[in-house]
Amino acid sequence: MSDRLSRRGFFAIAAAAAGAIVQDTVRAGRVYDPQRAGRPKEPITALDTDAGIQAIEKKLRCSCGCGLDIYTCRTTDFQCTYSPALHKDVLRLAGQGKTAQQILDEFVKQYGQVALMSPPREGLNLAGYFLPGVAILVAAVFLLLTLRRWTRDAKAAAPATPATLSNATPDELERLRRELDRLPG
Amino acid sequence: MSLLGNLSLWLAFLVGLWGAITGFVGGAQQRPDLQQSARNATVALFGALLVAVISLEVAIFRHDFSLQYVASRTSRNLPTFYLWSALYSGQEGSLLFWAAVLSLFGAMTQLLTSRRHRAYLPYVAAITSLVATFFVSVMLFAPANPFQRAAFTPLDGSGMNPQLQNPGMVFHPPMLYLGYISITIPFAFAMAALLTKKLDAGWLVAVRKWTIVSWLFLSIGLLIGMWWAYVELGWGGYWAWDPVENAALLPWLVMTAFLHSVMVQEKRGMLKKWNLALVIGAWLLSIFGTFLTRSGVIASVHSFTQSPVGYFFLAFLVVAAIASAIVYINRLPLLEAEATLESVVSREASFLFNNLLLIGLAFSVLWGTLYPIISEWVQGVKVTYGPPTFNFVNIPLGLVLLLLTGIGPLIAWRRASTANLRRQFAVPVTVGVFALLILLVAGMRDLGPLLAFSFGAFVFGTVFQEFARGARARHRQYGESTAFAVVQLLSRNRRRYGGYIVHIAIVLLFVGFAGMAFKTETEATLRPGESADLKGSDGHVYTFTHLGISQYNALNRQVTAALLDVRRDGKDIGRLRTEKRQHVDAFGNNTFEPSTEVGIMSGLRVDLYVVLAGLVNGTEQAVFRFTINPLVWWVWFGGFVLVIGGLIVLWPGGTAVAVRGSKASSVQAGYAVKLEAER
Repeated sequence: MSDRLSRRGFFAIAAAAAGAIVQDTVRAGRVYDPQRAGRPKEPITALDTDAGIQAIEKKLRCSCGCGLDIYTCRTTDFQCTYSPALHKDVLRLAGQGKTAQQILDEFVKQYGQVALMSPPREGLNLAGYFLPGVAILVAAVFLLLTLRRWTRDAKAAAPATPATLSNATPDELERLRRELDRLPG
Repeated sequence: MSLLGNLSLWLAFLVGLWGAITGFVGGAQQRPDLQQSARNATVALFGALLVAVISLEVAIFRHDFSLQYVASRTSRNLPTFYLWSALYSGQEGSLLFWAAVLSLFGAMTQLLTSRRHRAYLPYVAAITSLVATFFVSVMLFAPANPFQRAAFTPLDGSGMNPQLQNPGMVFHPPMLYLGYISITIPFAFAMAALLTKKLDAGWLVAVRKWTIVSWLFLSIGLLIGMWWAYVELGWGGYWAWDPVENAALLPWLVMTAFLHSVMVQEKRGMLKKWNLALVIGAWLLSIFGTFLTRSGVIASVHSFTQSPVGYFFLAFLVVAAIASAIVYINRLPLLEAEATLESVVSREASFLFNNLLLIGLAFSVLWGTLYPIISEWVQGVKVTYGPPTFNFVNIPLGLVLLLLTGIGPLIAWRRASTANLRRQFAVPVTVGVFALLILLVAGMRDLGPLLAFSFGAFVFGTVFQEFARGARARHRQYGESTAFAVVQLLSRNRRRYGGYIVHIAIVLLFVGFAGMAFKTETEATLRPGESADLKGSDGHVYTFTHLGISQYNALNRQVTAALLDVRRDGKDIGRLRTEKRQHVDAFGNNTFEPSTEVGIMSGLRVDLYVVLAGLVNGTEQAVFRFTINPLVWWVWFGGFVLVIGGLIVLWPGGTAVAVRGSKASSVQAGYAVKLEAER
């Protein structure tokens, strides 16, 4: 779906889908016990699978308590009555020609920020997004400075290099290092 | 059974209290009689709780619906397989299971711990008994008694939630519980070391294996949970950052950090304070996770019902945290490092950065989990911190951690020279860059997967190089063939090379995770004979043809099944079946809302995942959701490799690792090096 779905386009798709549903239903045979298959479903329309509608629904939380977005919930928990209703709300708003952002705003107006899968990146919510990363960066810088101080202190406090090692040539020391690297652990 | 169960719970409560008191007093006053009594109490505690567990299982198998727990969790037609798992499928039973397993671990610790670490055992007995007694007291004093009688005895029980009637659910909770529960043992040893002031590396030996056991169980629990979510819940994924999933991930991350940093203490006598803090932190997080699961304070699909039980755990968590902090702070002067860091470019420093990221990641997950509450407290606004937010914050951290997984093993202990770094990094970096170029040429442009795959290749290069060098060295020294040398490396230095296998598993997991970025999905309404096409990220077009609907009765359910023919680019590749299940009791009454069984065709490149959403107007015209999930198989395979690697690390024997400060290392300190002529 483009950012703005025209009202005319919306009704054209809806009418075509409704026609297809009537035709299909008439032709399909009945099963032995329909109750066993759970709540009856309405046929999928072009709007249900519209990428733009799905994108909007993936940003909105289902209010049934599942913690999933509307799209995932309505295509997963087939007993949930909230997500199909919320899906219809999205379709209704799209049918009114609202943009994706306007639909999201409408949901926030009606249900509060909790309706969004991600809090808006403003105010305290910035801490929600960036605090862990910033904290790790600050801790990394602190750790690096501490390690440098430790190594400086260690060098200052270290006794003179043992005579056996000072006699070794740089080449021998490098070979020693390589051998040490080969050791397990 | 109710009477026997209640009696054994009360007996366990009293014995547990006795074990805790005698353990602490016997340890503090160095009284062997009390110490022995505390050790015996751990065995008696296990005995009492075992009787309680058997009583509940007998009640479940006898369909004794006079017990509230049995009536509300099982039914007469519940398959036997799930009667076993009914023990821990509810709040009350899982508390009993937890206490019983903890008491088993407590008794095993007393019986199996080597004589060298005997000094810690009275306190270990006291702490394990105290924690187990807490769980028993929750059953007795909070409304969580599994032996509570029902107000009336129904003819049949309510049955088990259909989503729990899955093999994954039989193994996922106990594995996770085993992971959670066994963390108590390292915690008990850490506290015992602090209390006895025996803070040399001795306690590490006792703790390390238990930590690996715990880490392994938690890993298996998390992986089976992911698999269950994938095959049972039907939303097409395996990780949704649910608060309870996160709660299990937190101690796992902290223990992973400990398993790395403990090596620095063993080799260099450094990071003592840090390692103790990690062990204590992991245990506190396990209790915190239990609080989250059982309090209902945060909405989660996993939560047990909202009940006062959670507040018992909160109170216990606060008291335990304060007590641990007091003991820890009191002993800080005894925890000074024995060595100093020689260079920032060293294995020790790389482990510290690895720890920083793991703990940072744990903090990030905790922050995200609690953020909705924090937001409500601070700004009075309820918000949702959903998977998109978690992914935004944590994927970059995960990628850096993956990179460090490859960097750490390449850096030498103490100090790495420039020549050494050049030699070590050449092959892995080449492999990583080569993978990146191939992916770019192949047209991949998504930054996350690009980095995941190329970092993964880099880590693979690192591990391959380590194995190749080790095998070459053995070949030179002993003339062994490459394959035999690799086996010898694995068997002689299980910890190091088992650890590398775990690193490979992490790469495989990341490859699987990254694959989900290329998931494709659609919905369709099909009558028998009609088809829907869906293009996968592997470039093939998959055609699903609806063959028809069948309905039949199974043991405890009425099934509506849809069969689909599947073709790849027009070529037949098999059939898929997806079901709707209406569970019923022994009298044919519906017990739960209908549930869905997913149809999955799993492959190395993609999984075809089909869900029957429902029928249109009671006809064979069905609504389906089709999903093509790339590389999911690699997640399960990665999990399998991770467990194998963990078992190799854990397997007894191999070359003993000398621990700084222990007797062995004082005899043979430092490295024995023989310089050989360069080849």
